[in-house]
Amino acid sequence: MVMRLVARDLAFGYRHHRVGEGFDLAVTTGEVLCLLGPNGCGKTTLFKTLLGLLPRHAGHIELAGQELAQLQRAQIARCLAYVPQAHESVFAYSVQDMVVMGRSAHRGLFAGPTASDYARALAALEELGIAALAARDYTRLSGGQRQLVLIARALAQDTPLIVMDEPTASLDFGNQLLVLDQVERLARRGLGIVLSTHNPDHALRCATQVLLMKNGRLLASGAPESALTEQTLKHVYDVDVRVERLADGQRVCVARNAGTST
Amino acid sequence: MDSGSRARLNTPSALGILGALVLLAAALAAMVGPYPVTPAQLLAALRGQPIDPVIDIVLFNVRLPRIAAALLVGGALAAAGTVYQGLFRNPLVSPDILGVSTGAGLGAALGIFLSLPVLAIQGLAFATGLGTVALVYLIASAVRGHEPTLVLVLSGVVLGALAGACVSLLKILADPYDQLPAITFWLLGSLASVRVDDVFGAAPAVVIGLIPLVLLRWRMNLMALGDEEAAALGAAPGRLRLLFVAAATLMTAGVVAIAGVVGWVGLVMPHIARLLVGPDFQRLLPTAMLMGAGYLLLVDTLARTLTETETPLGILTAFVGAPVFLWLLASGRRAW
Repeated sequence: MVMRLVARDLAFGYRHHRVGEGFDLAVTTGEVLCLLGPNGCGKTTLFKTLLGLLPRHAGHIELAGQELAQLQRAQIARCLAYVPQAHESVFAYSVQDMVVMGRSAHRGLFAGPTASDYARALAALEELGIAALAARDYTRLSGGQRQLVLIARALAQDTPLIVMDEPTASLDFGNQLLVLDQVERLARRGLGIVLSTHNPDHALRCATQVLLMKNGRLLASGAPESALTEQTLKHVYDVDVRVERLADGQRVCVARNAGTST
Repeated sequence: MDSGSRARLNTPSALGILGALVLLAAALAAMVGPYPVTPAQLLAALRGQPIDPVIDIVLFNVRLPRIAAALLVGGALAAAGTVYQGLFRNPLVSPDILGVSTGAGLGAALGIFLSLPVLAIQGLAFATGLGTVALVYLIASAVRGHEPTLVLVLSGVVLGALAGACVSLLKILADPYDQLPAITFWLLGSLASVRVDDVFGAAPAVVIGLIPLVLLRWRMNLMALGDEEAAALGAAPGRLRLLFVAAATLMTAGVVAIAGVVGWVGLVMPHIARLLVGPDFQRLLPTAMLMGAGYLLLVDTLARTLTETETPLGILTAFVGAPVFLWLLASGRRAW
């Protein structure tokens, strides 16, 4: 199913505090939109606005051709899933119970999870290779495992589009690559993914589109090759970097040594 | 256990065992007391066979209504505690968190101070309990721009303290020989004077409060994830919270009106239930209710048999509850 999430001239923020404005973006199923920007530039606020968790200040957000503000919460949750940053849970829900909560938008208000919901949850865990964790307590998992469980919950939610807030933050090197592999695989499977990251290499690796933002403004957007350049990265992060092409064509960012600046 | 999952009873067996224990406790409570009843007499009485009229009166007019009241009050307080702990994502929360008990205490103290009849005192306690929480909710809704649950808890603490001050004022003004002991006794909770009518009076509030909890038992889990995640998963957290607060408050106010302020049950029982069956509200609610019902029945049976005069429930639940709670804290569990 083809679905689009579109924002036009979007301004967003909290009640008495505008965080960002002038945002245009669109993501379609099968694409990976990667958002880069320094700490505190408004990435999470933008995501919460796209999910309808915060009211927009101005502009438009359209999901599946309809104005987001006109949609019910359950309708949004059937189109767009949210993967928050891996967090602590107060109560020790089992991984299975945690993931099956992703099914709630597909069930009536008074219903409980059915056998097919548990099967869907288990399938999501299997897809991410963590079915062995099903009976474990969420509170006793490592940060990387928790992040994968939250992704599994979004998969169980069965939405064409997924928003992931820094899914690789707080993960070790191996788990970061694992999560990126999953993002690429999900996009190939036809899901549309919006994610934020602090690592330009992640964007170069898996993104079909990149948005660079700073201080609530969009600085550059487009294909990774055109949007992620030495100039734009310097502008966003205030550091000198080189963008190099490896032998296999993969592009990477490396910090420029102080002595070799040109 | 280092596999990361804790040994938990499966739900049907946990509920079966707990149900049997509660029945056993009820039978025991029916037999013990200043006028002992043998098992044979109890069975005969329950079958409707002719028995000693004194036993008939002891069982049907005194003990069984009191047993029913203890089960009702304990179950309702445990259910309300379970709801509030999930809602506020905090295992240290009790049903009093939004001021329902203190509010009800104020109404009861006022009723006693004005020498109102018992029924009016109960009605006033029920109304002020509900009214306090309604006021807390209104104030919290008016304050915007903060984490909604935090504002709710803070408003509850503030109004609760205010109601507590008013109760203290009434205690000073009350007649020290007649009204003051009555107020004090009420504030510590007791089922000593409970009658069949009281049970039937409080039961509707408990049942009506329980209906949304049972219907929305799976949705309650989403609330324990926090508002944003609950909303992203398709729920309407604001409306759900209002409904859950209303339901839990109705249940608490209903039972506090007939039993007075019985502390600790709503705080400790959800904890122990969570240790047994885990935090999933679908399993947690019935388990916590059975445990609360059984626990309060045992405590009330102790309250009326331990000493010559009745011991207030609040004192016994604290004596039993505080060590259990400290043990839970000391056992160093990282998560509930």
